[in-house]
Order: sequence, then structure tokens, then C-alpha cells
Amino acid sequence: MSEPVLKVTDLKKAYGAIQAVGGVSFEVMPGEIFGVIGPNGSGKTTLFNSMLGQITPDQGKIELKGQDVTRLGPLELNRLGVGRTFQTLQVFGKMTVRDNLIVAAQEHQGTMFSRMFAPGDSNLGDKADALIDQFHIRHVADKKAGELSYGQQKLVDIAMAFMSEPDLVLLDEPCAGVNPSLVGGISSLLKELNQNRRSDGRASSFVVIEHNMDFVMDLCHRIMVMVEGQVMAIGTPAEIRANKQVLDAYLGS
Amino acid sequence: MKKLGLLAGLLGLAACIFVPTLLKSHGIYLFTYWLIYVIATMGLNLTIGYAGQKSLGHAAFFGIGAYTVAILMQAGYSFWLGMPLAALVCFVVGLALGFPALRVQTIYLAFATLGFNTAVWLVMRNEEWLTGGTFGINNIPRPEAFGVSLDGNLAYYYLVLAFTVVLGLLLWGLLRSPWGKAFTALRDNPIRAESLGVDIRGYTLLSFAIGAAYAGIAGGLFGSMVQFIDPAPFTVEASIMMYLMVVVGGPGYFLGPLLGAAVGVILPEWLRFAQAWYLFVFGAAVVMLMIWLPDGLLSIPDRLRAKRQSREASAARAAQGAKA
Repeated sequence: MSEPVLKVTDLKKAYGAIQAVGGVSFEVMPGEIFGVIGPNGSGKTTLFNSMLGQITPDQGKIELKGQDVTRLGPLELNRLGVGRTFQTLQVFGKMTVRDNLIVAAQEHQGTMFSRMFAPGDSNLGDKADALIDQFHIRHVADKKAGELSYGQQKLVDIAMAFMSEPDLVLLDEPCAGVNPSLVGGISSLLKELNQNRRSDGRASSFVVIEHNMDFVMDLCHRIMVMVEGQVMAIGTPAEIRANKQVLDAYLGS
Repeated sequence: MKKLGLLAGLLGLAACIFVPTLLKSHGIYLFTYWLIYVIATMGLNLTIGYAGQKSLGHAAFFGIGAYTVAILMQAGYSFWLGMPLAALVCFVVGLALGFPALRVQTIYLAFATLGFNTAVWLVMRNEEWLTGGTFGINNIPRPEAFGVSLDGNLAYYYLVLAFTVVLGLLLWGLLRSPWGKAFTALRDNPIRAESLGVDIRGYTLLSFAIGAAYAGIAGGLFGSMVQFIDPAPFTVEASIMMYLMVVVGGPGYFLGPLLGAAVGVILPEWLRFAQAWYLFVFGAAVVMLMIWLPDGLLSIPDRLRAKRQSREASAARAAQGAKA
């Protein structure tokens, strides 16, 4: 058995008297798509923000490929191989789609000083074009990202997370606000990216927060159900569907 | 399109070389003054327009550069030693001023930088032993270059033009490198930028430092042009004027400062006929510009393009609707 990409041990975070996350532990294996579901207020976002270095947990440990990253910020985490998407649209509106993708990976090359003399596209043009084709956004590649439709911007946002070939991608509600006809498209794109994105042959692992149950059940290898800051169950989609406790608390019959 | 741009650039440069030869000394003075403000606002455009850091302290750097060169030249040192030192001092002070920007943004940052400008201005006014206080520094000489005296107004104008071209090309190169995208990413969405590995601390500080160095060089050129400096041109009001120049030209447009500085320097001359009404006309023009062209004069082509595209798109939708 290989080493987990992400290992979270007994993570706790409280806001005043409210224990948002109360001792959560789980592991994500290489190439795995790991879903996190639960009702609103169950601590998913707090968990996510801790893993992304946006907030510092009160207690517990987060390890990335065996390295303790509990107190690192978003910048360091990204440099170590963590990509993310956002629940709300977060593209660079005044840059073209292609430049959005290029800037998403350029800081992983060389030093700040050497980048001053690097070509404008940091030799990432081909890679950006490959993702543009994969995401079927060729027709808008030279448009400013801020001028695109919501769904198109969402696709750009997801593509940006993959430009630097991260080991781990955290997807925060990739289907939020997306037209139902696009949900299937995003699902198959993510499966494809999970299979064959990386040039070094290794697969990226994903952690996905999402409320769309069909999407989660179809996409994820394993799912963790959170309720009131605690882990209620971890298992395959079939196991989660069959779990009586989960059905009662969250999924309904 | 690229060739057209290059041709326009060369034509513009040719105009900058030949037109002043036809002018009297006041015209040459205005052209020189304009280019000095172009250099200063090029730097400010990097800080505000590209990196999105709202600075109202730019005139302080302009002043620090002017005093550095003036004091050194009075002490007998060469202009050519003073200029790089002015740039360096401003770079370092600019880096320091960048630190508040790591904590506060938007209007709060504007006030922090405004406070900095006031403090620097007070040093210029009160530290007579160093700056001459309100009496200023007199008889700042014009420099020589390669044994040629640049005492004449036209000769000095060409020196400033050379500085403008070289600094413009350097900035152009910087903005075309990955740095340009990193600055824009920082401006558009710092949280997203950081999540993609963009060192937003580093780029914020450098946007201040490089912008300040440009102002320092402009200030050095300014002191030697007018040959007398006192604290008056380096007030908060001057900083606001420079900010306005960037906004009027078009923040984040490379050529914005050329237009913005022209509006700030040359327009007041043209409006002289209005005499006492000058400030009223100028103020009214700014109000109208902010209402109709908040992204500056150079946003006009982009706006026309966007309008055409949306017209085409709605026509296409209408055609599709008719088919269905």
C-alpha cells in the first residue's frame, strides 16, 4: 500500500463556543477522488479552509505526502502541490482565458528573478492550449475571462487548478450554480483529469465538496459524511447509500 | 497590428524629436515637464494600474529623488552618480512603504500612503540643514553627458526624452515577462493569485519599490530642469494630481501615462484662456470623465470593441431565434 497523499489527523477548529470541526481524521490515497458531503454547517468549509492554509486549526495535524503542512499558508501549500478551485467564481477578469491558465502555473518555474527574463508565456503556451482543448473552451481562449458566461468561467477556474499538475486538488462545489447540462460535462472532465492529466504518469488526487448527490456518487471513489463537525461515515458510494444512519441524518430515503 | 503599433510608436518618437525644435523655450519647457511626469506616472501606473495598490504618496518619491540629486550636485557630485542613487533610495523607501499595503488595502492604503507623503513633505520643509527648508535649494546645475553640456533647454529635453524611452522600454519588457501577469493577477484577485503560487507579498512590495524608483528618477530630472526646488511640488496635492493622471490616461494601459500626464501638464496651458475659470473647467472635465470613462481615455477602443461584440452576439441570437 502506498503512502497517502493527504493525511488529516484529529483536526479541531472552534469559533467561540461553536465547535465547527471536532476531531476529524481521514486519508486520501494517490489517484483517489474523495468526496466530502454533509448538511450546511457541518464543518465542510472549515475543514477545507484548514487544509488550504486559509485558517489555522486549533488542534490536529495535516500531512501532505508525509510532510507536516498544518501551519503553512496557501502560497506554500500551492508550491508543494496543492491546487484548488473556489465555490464562487475566481478568475482574473481582465486577462484572457489563455493568460489565466498561464499565470496559474508560471510561478512554479524558476525564481522570481529568473521569471523577469522569461518569455511572456513562460513556455506554458502548449500546456495551456492542451487544457483549453480538453475543456472545450477554444472559441473563448483569447477573450477576457470576465466577459465569459458563468459556466465558461467555472470551467476556466477548474482548468486553472490543474495547470501546475498538482498532487492534490481541492474542489469546492464545482457544480454550484452550473447549468444541469454542464454538470455531466464537469464530471467526465474531472474523471479524465484524474486518469491521465499528469505528464509524470502519476495520478492527481481530488477532494470534492459538493451538494449535488448524483454528481458526488458518480464521481467519487470514497465519500466522507460530516455532521455537526464529526465524521459520521466514510465509505464507497454504495456503502454510503446503504448506511442507515446517513440516510436518516442527511440523504433522506 | 503589431507592425502598425511599431509604426505608430516610431512616428510618435519622431514627433517628440522634431516638434520641440520648432518651439520656443516655453514650449520646450512644457514638453520636458510633460515627459518628466510621464516617467513618474509610468511608475505609478505600475503600482496602481497593474498591481492595484492605491497609493497617494507618489509625489514624496518624486521629491526624495529631486532632493537626493540636488543635494549631491550641490556637494559637487556628478548628476550621473545622483540619478542611480535617487532611484536606489526611492526603491528602498518604496519597499518600506509597501509593507502597510500587506495589511491594508483600497482607501485605507490610500490614507496610509497619504500620511507618508505628509511626513516626507514635513521633513523637506523643516530640516533646513539638509533641504534648505522653505527657501529650497538654488542653482542646481544641468548635467553633462559624454563631455557635451546639456545646459541648453533643447539639449536637456533630449536627455529627458532618452530617459523616458529607456525607462519605457524597461517597463514594457517587465510587463511582457511573467511579472506582468503576476501583477495583474495580484490586482484582479489576490486570494486566487496566492492559491496559484503567486507570491503576493513579494509582488506588492516590488510594485511599490519599482514605481517609487521611477518617481525618483523623474524627480532627479525635475530638479535639474527647474534648477531650483522647494517642498511645494511634492505635496499630497501633487500626489493626488499624479493619481489623477494615471486614472485619466487609463490605469493598466501601458500608454496611459502619456495621455494622463499631457492632460495634467499641457491641458492647464491650453485652458489659460479660461483664466480664473480654469480650475472649474478642469474639475468639470474630470467629473464627466469619471462618469463616462471610469477606465480612462485609453479604454475607448476597448469599449467600442465590446459594444460591437455585444451587438454581433445579440444579432446572432436574434438570427438563431428566427430559425427556431
